[in-house]
Amino acid sequence: MNGKHFAGSFIKYASLIVGALAAILPILIVLFASFKTGAEYTSTGPLTPPENWTNFENFKRAFTEGNMLTGFKNTLIILLVSIVGTTLVGSMVAFVLDRFKFRGSKLILGAFLLATLIPAVTTQVATFQIVNSLGLFNTIWAAIILYLGTDIIAIYIFLQFMSSISVSLDESAMLDGASYFTIYRKIILPLLTPAIVTVIIVKGINVYNDFYTPFLYMPKTDLQVISTALFKFKGPYGSEWEVICAGIMLAIIPTFIAFISLQKYIYNGLTSGSVK
Amino acid sequence: MFSKLSYKRQRSVIIVAFLIVPLTLLGTFSFLPVANMFWYSLTEWNGFSDKEFIGLENYRTVFTDPEYFRVFTVSLYYFFGTFLQMGLALYFATILSFKVRMKNFFKGVIFFPYLLNGVAIGFMFLLFFQPEGGLDTILGLVGLGDFTTHWLGNPDVINISLAGTSVWRYMGFNFIIFLGAISSIPNDVYEASEIDGANRWHQFRYIILPSIKIIVSLNLILAISGALSAFEIPYIMTGGSNGSATFVIQTVDTAFKYGKIGLASAMAVILLFIVIIVTAVQRKFFSEDD
Repeated sequence: MNGKHFAGSFIKYASLIVGALAAILPILIVLFASFKTGAEYTSTGPLTPPENWTNFENFKRAFTEGNMLTGFKNTLIILLVSIVGTTLVGSMVAFVLDRFKFRGSKLILGAFLLATLIPAVTTQVATFQIVNSLGLFNTIWAAIILYLGTDIIAIYIFLQFMSSISVSLDESAMLDGASYFTIYRKIILPLLTPAIVTVIIVKGINVYNDFYTPFLYMPKTDLQVISTALFKFKGPYGSEWEVICAGIMLAIIPTFIAFISLQKYIYNGLTSGSVK
Repeated sequence: MFSKLSYKRQRSVIIVAFLIVPLTLLGTFSFLPVANMFWYSLTEWNGFSDKEFIGLENYRTVFTDPEYFRVFTVSLYYFFGTFLQMGLALYFATILSFKVRMKNFFKGVIFFPYLLNGVAIGFMFLLFFQPEGGLDTILGLVGLGDFTTHWLGNPDVINISLAGTSVWRYMGFNFIIFLGAISSIPNDVYEASEIDGANRWHQFRYIILPSIKIIVSLNLILAISGALSAFEIPYIMTGGSNGSATFVIQTVDTAFKYGKIGLASAMAVILLFIVIIVTAVQRKFFSEDD
C-alpha cells in the first residue's frame, strides 16, 4: 500500500514539474536571450544563462527603435476608455433589461444573447467596410468602438449578476424618493462591484493581448499598440533575436506584474466570468 | 429635474437613455456586418468598384477549389490539439484540487501563459522552434536528439508545431475554469466516498466528472469554435506559409491582400454557419443529458 502511495505521489509531482517546465522554458529562453550580446547570442546555447545580467542594451534598443513608448501609451488609452465604456454600457443594459419589463425587452435581451454566438473574427471583412465608411479607419476610435460594440460577453456577465441583486433594495430606495437614476448609480453600481472586477479583468486581458483589431484597423505607426509595435520587429530585426527578445520581455513585464499583484482576483474573475 | 418626474416617466426616459447607445453599437457592429456579409457573399466585389450580383458562385468556388477547401484540413490539427489541451487542463486541475506542495506556484505557472500577449507568444515560439533552438536543445538533453527537424519548415510537422503552440497558450484558460468548477464541489462528498473505499480515480470518474460536465461541454464548444477560427498564432509565426494557412488566414488574405471581398464574405458565412451548428449540436446534446 505504501509503495503504491509513493508511486502515485511520484507520478503526481513528476507530471507537475514537467508541466511547469513546459510552461516556463520558452519564457526563460527569451529572458536569457534578452540579456545576451549579439556575439554571445550566436555562440551560446539557448539554455545557457547570459554572462552579464545587467546588460540592458537590448532593452534600450527595443524600447526606442521599436517605438514601444507609443505602443504603451496607445494601449493604455484604449484600455482605460474601453474598460470604462464597457462597464457603463454593460451595467446600463443589465439594469434596464433586468428591472423593467416592457414591450420588446425580451426581444432586445434575445438580440444580445444571439450576438454572443457570432464569432467576431468571422465578420471582420464586413465590419471593416462599416468602420471605413464611418471614417474611423486609422483612428484610435476604431479599436475603442469595436471593443465597446462587440463586447457582448460583458453585458452577459452583468445580466447574470443583476438578477441576484434583490429588487426589494430598489423598492425601499423608492420609498425614500430616490429616482431610478439614483438607484442605478448609488445602489446597483456599487453592488455590481464583483461583476465589474470580472469585466475589467476579462476585458483587460483581451484588449492588452489583442492583435488583429489594431493590426487591421489602425496600421498607422502613431497608433500602434503593444501587439502591433512588437509585430513590427518581424522584418527588420530578423537576425537580431536578442533585441526581439528584449521587446517580448517588455511586452510581458506589465502582464507579469499585474498577475503577481492581482492573482486572486484574476482567478476569481475568470472563473465567474465564464460560468454561464 | 429628473427626480421630480413620476416613476412612470422616469422609467421611459431611463429605458431610452440607457439603451440607445448599446443598441446602436449592437446593430452597427454585430448585426449589420452579418447582414452585409450575406449580401457581399453573393456578389463579386473588390471593395471599391460596383458590386456585381453573381448568386452562389462564390460558394461554389470555396467548396470546389482545392486551394480554398484545403484549409479545413488544417483545422483538424487545432481540433485534435483542443482535445489534448482539455485533457491536460482537466488532469492538472484535478491533481491541484487535492493536497499538493507548492500548490499556488504550480497553479500560477500553469495558468500564466494564457495571460501573455499573442504576438509575444508567436515570437517566443519562432525562437523556440528554430534549428538548434530551445526545443532541439531540450530534445538533445533528454536523448531524443534524433527527432529534431525543421519544426516550422517541414510541411509535415508545421501544423503540429503551431497547434502545439496554441495548446501552450490556451491550456491555462481551461485549467483555471476547471479548477474553479472542481472547487465548488463540497468536501464532504469526497470524505463520504473515501469511507466507501473509493480511490482517486473513482472520485474523478464518479464525483468530479459528473459535477463539472456542463463546464466541460462549454469549454468544448469554445475550444471547437476556437480551433476553427485559429488565426493569431499561425499568422504571426508563419503568415500561413508552408501549408499552415488556416481558414481565417485565408479569409483575411482573400479580402485584404487580394481584394476579393465577395469571395472572402462567402468563406466567412461558411465559418459562421459551422460555428453556429457546432454550438447548437453541443447545447442540444448536453442539455438533454442533464
